[in-house]
Amino acid sequence: MLNKYPLWKNLVIVFALIIGFIYALPNFFPDDYAIQITGARGSTEVDQRILDRALGALESQGIEVKSSAVEERDALIRLTSSDDQLRARPAVQAALGNDYLVALNMAPSTPGWLRSLGAGPMKLGLDLRGGVHFLLEVDMETAVSQRLEALSGQIKQDMRDERIRYRGGDVQNSREIVLSFRDSESRTQAFELVRDQFNEFLLEESTDGGEFLLTLTLSEAELRSIQEYALEQNLTTIRNRVNELGVAEPLVQRQGADRIIVELPGVQDTAQAKRVLGATANLEFRMEARQDASSAETEQFSFRDTPQRTARLERDVIATGNNVANAQQAFDENGQPQVNITMDSVGGDLMNRATRNNVGRRMAVLFIEFRTEMETREVDGELKQVENRVVEKGLISLATVQSALGSSFRITGLDSIPEAAELALLLRAGALAAPMYFVQERTIGPSLGQKNIDAGMMSVALGFGLVLLYMLVYYRGFGLIANVSLTLNLMLLVACMSILSATLTLPGIAGIVLTVGMAVDANVLIFERIKEELKAGMPPQSAINAGYGRAFVSIFDANITTLLVAVILFAMGSGPVKGFAITLCIGILTSMFCGLMVSRGIVNLVYGGRRVEKLSIGGEAR
Amino acid sequence: MADLEKQPFDFMGFRKAASVLSIVLVVASIALLGVRGLNFGMDFTGGTSVEFEYAEAPSLDDIRARLTEVGYEQFSVQNFGADTTVLIRMAEAGNDELAREVTAALSASGSELELVSSEFVGSQVGEELKVDSGLGLLIALAVVLIYVGMRFQFKFGIASVIPLAHDVLIVLGVFALFQWTFDLTVLAALLAVIGYSLNDTIVVADRIRENFRKMRVGEPWDIINQSIHETISRTINTSGTTLVVLLALYFLGGEAINNFALALIVGVVVGTYSSIYVSANMLMVMGVTREDLMVPAKEGTGEEAEEEQPPEWLNRM
Repeated sequence: MLNKYPLWKNLVIVFALIIGFIYALPNFFPDDYAIQITGARGSTEVDQRILDRALGALESQGIEVKSSAVEERDALIRLTSSDDQLRARPAVQAALGNDYLVALNMAPSTPGWLRSLGAGPMKLGLDLRGGVHFLLEVDMETAVSQRLEALSGQIKQDMRDERIRYRGGDVQNSREIVLSFRDSESRTQAFELVRDQFNEFLLEESTDGGEFLLTLTLSEAELRSIQEYALEQNLTTIRNRVNELGVAEPLVQRQGADRIIVELPGVQDTAQAKRVLGATANLEFRMEARQDASSAETEQFSFRDTPQRTARLERDVIATGNNVANAQQAFDENGQPQVNITMDSVGGDLMNRATRNNVGRRMAVLFIEFRTEMETREVDGELKQVENRVVEKGLISLATVQSALGSSFRITGLDSIPEAAELALLLRAGALAAPMYFVQERTIGPSLGQKNIDAGMMSVALGFGLVLLYMLVYYRGFGLIANVSLTLNLMLLVACMSILSATLTLPGIAGIVLTVGMAVDANVLIFERIKEELKAGMPPQSAINAGYGRAFVSIFDANITTLLVAVILFAMGSGPVKGFAITLCIGILTSMFCGLMVSRGIVNLVYGGRRVEKLSIGGEAR
Repeated sequence: MADLEKQPFDFMGFRKAASVLSIVLVVASIALLGVRGLNFGMDFTGGTSVEFEYAEAPSLDDIRARLTEVGYEQFSVQNFGADTTVLIRMAEAGNDELAREVTAALSASGSELELVSSEFVGSQVGEELKVDSGLGLLIALAVVLIYVGMRFQFKFGIASVIPLAHDVLIVLGVFALFQWTFDLTVLAALLAVIGYSLNDTIVVADRIRENFRKMRVGEPWDIINQSIHETISRTINTSGTTLVVLLALYFLGGEAINNFALALIVGVVVGTYSSIYVSANMLMVMGVTREDLMVPAKEGTGEEAEEEQPPEWLNRM
C-alpha cells in the first residue's frame, strides 16, 4: 500500500485551492467609504464634467478625496473616512442639484487584477451593515374589485348601446357581477354579448322571484392574471421609487403571490422611505388646447426635462395612467424610438372617443407626482435638511394624433432611446395597481451592524481557534493535517460564497461557525477509523487506506442527509433562515471535499510512498 | 476513555433506564408545551419591538411610567445586553408607525437616546410563518425517513426519525420550561439540530450495519453494543468540538443569536444522547436481525466496492 495520489488528483486539489484562494482574497481588502452619483432620471448621464463639479465642491469643503472615477452610468468618489462621507454627501448634492442623486456607498477596494477575474467580496446583509427592511403586501382584493368595477362599467355601457334592459350590475363578493332582467330574451341577448366580448367571465343563469339573473364570475385564470399583473406593476413602481431614494444597492424582490420585499442598506429614516414608497404618482392624457380656447378651460404646464418649454393643455382629462395596461419601448419604421401603449378596454374606449374628431391636434402625456424633496435651508443660522412635500405635474410628451386611437397606439417624436424607455417605464409604473400595506419592517442601526460584525468575527475566530487546539492536542500530527484542511475549508467556504455573491448575515456567520464544528466530524471519523485499524494490527499504510475508505460511507450518508435538511431549510425559510441555510449547504459540500480529498492528499504527501513505522495520531497508536 | 477497556462498555445495559428517562423527558416536554406553551417571538406573533441605546443607563420604571402616561397598554421593557440598551416589545401588530411614535414619546422626555433597531411584524405574517415552519419540520423528517429507509432499511429509517422527533420535542420542552423566546433563529437552530443529530445517528447506524455483516457470531445486543463502543470516541470528539464552538457563539455572538446558540447547545447534547440510546434502543425494540441487513448478492458487491473506493464523481470534485 503506497498511498500515493496520481498526479492529476493532486493537480485537481491544487487547482481548486488556488481558485479558492483567489476568490476568497477580495474579502481581506476593506471597503472604502464612498459616495455615488447617478442621474435622477434614466436619460440623465453622468460624465466627467459632473464629476469635476462634485470634486470642486469637495475641495472647497476641504474634504480629502482618495480617488474618483466615472463608470458606465454613475460616478464614484472614494473618501478616507466615515465622517468625510457624511459631510461630502450634502455638499455634493447641493453642488449638483436635484437632477442627480447622491448616495452613500461602500465601494469594494478589490485590486484591478482580481476584479478582472470577476472576484469580489461577499455582500453584507442588512443586519451587518445597517439599514431598513420592509415587507409590503399588495391588497389583492382591491386590485380585483377595481378591475371588476371597470369591467362592469363597460358591460353596462355595451348593453345600453345594444338596448338591452337590465338592472343591477354591481360587484359582489369581489369576484362576481350579478345582472337581472325582466325576461329571458334580454338575458339571452346579454349572455351572448358577454360571451362574445368578455371571455374572462364564467356565466351562470338563474331565476329569483320572477327575475331572470345572470351571474358573471371571474375565471380562476383571469383572477390569477389580475393578481399577477397587480404585483408585477407594483414591483416596477416600487423599483422606480427606490431609485428615487438614491440608495446604493437596494433590493426589491417579490415574495410569494402577493408580497414585496424592499431592503435599503444605509437608510435610517424609515419615515421618509415609507412616504416615498407609498406615494401615489399618476399619469394623465390630455389634448393640447386650441388657440382660441378660453383660459378657464386650459392650464399651462412645462416639460419635465426642459422646464423652459411649456404647453397649454385642456383641463379635461381623457384618461389616466390607471387605464394603461402595458407600455413598451420600440422603434418605428425609420428607426426612431417610440412607445407602444396598450390601454385597458375602458381607456381604449375613452381614448377613441376623444381622438376620433381630433386628428391632427396634439395630445399630451402629463406626469403627476406627489413626493418629498430634501432641501438644505438655513434655519437659525444653521444648515438643516428640510422636507418639502411637492405635487409635481410635468409634461413627458406632446405628440400629434395621426389617426383615431383605439386601445393600442404609439407615442412618437421622442428624442432618444433612453427617453422612450423611461416613458414606457413610467407609463407602466406610473401608478400602483393596488394599494399596499407594510406588514413587516426592520431597522438596524449602523452601530448595531458593526457590533454584530465584531461579535460574529470574534466567535468565528475563537470557536475556530479552540477547535484547532483540540484537534492538535488529541490527534498530534494528524491533528495538524486536519487543521490545515479545516483552514482550507474555511477559505473555500468564503470563496464559494463570494463567487455565488451570497449575502453574509448574522445567522450566516452562525452557519459558518457551525460548519467549522461539524467539518471536524469527517476528520474525526477517519482518524478514529485509522486508529482502530492500527489497533487491529494493520500496518500504518494499509490502516490509512482502510481508514479513509471505510469512513467514506459514513461521511457520505451523514452529510447527504444533513444536506437534504439544509436544502429544505433554504426552500421553506425566509430572510435570516435562508442565510443560515446557504452557508450550511455550501459548508457541507466544502467540508466533504476537504475532509475526503484535501486531507487525504496531505496525508499522502507526508506518509505516502515510503515505509512508515509509526503514525503520529495520538492516543494508543503504536 | 472507553478505548482503554478490553471488554466493550455495556452501553445497552442502561437501556431500560435510558428508555424511562427518554419517555419521561418527552412526556414532560409535551406537557410543558401544553401547559406553559412556547414563548413565541415577534416573528411568529406579530408585534413591534424597539431597541434604544441610551447615553447613560436609564431607569426602566421611568420608561414604563412614561409609556403608560402616553397611553400604551401592552408592552414589556427590559435591558438587552448592556444596561444602557433597552428593548421595548409591544403586542400591537396593526400599526406600522408604532416604533416611530414610541421613539418620539421617549425622546420627548429629555433623555439622550439613539434608535438601534426596530422591528414590526404584521400578525398575518407571523401566523403564516408558524404554519410554514411546522410544515418545514415535518417535510424534513419525512425526507430523512425516506432517504434512510432507502439507503439502509426501513427499521433504520424509523430508528433515525424517532430520535429526531425526540430531540426536537425536548429542545422545545426546554424552551417552554424556561420561557426562552422562540423566534426564527431558534427555528433555524432546531432544523440544524435535526441535521446534526441525524449525522450522529447515521454514523452509529452505519457501524451497526457494518458489524451485522462482518460479525458472524453474537446476538444483536452484543453487536449494537460493540458498534456503539467503536464509535463512542468519535461521537464524543465531534460533539465536544461542536459544543466548544457553540459555547463561543453563545458567549461572544451577541444578544441576537443567544437563543440560537442555546437551542443548538441543548440540541447537540440531547442529539448525542439520542443517537446512542434512542436510536439503538429502537433497533433493539424493533428486533433488527442479521437477515434485515443481508443484502442481495448483486448489491452486496456494489457495497463492497463503495466502501473501498469512493465513487467516481467524488474523484472529479
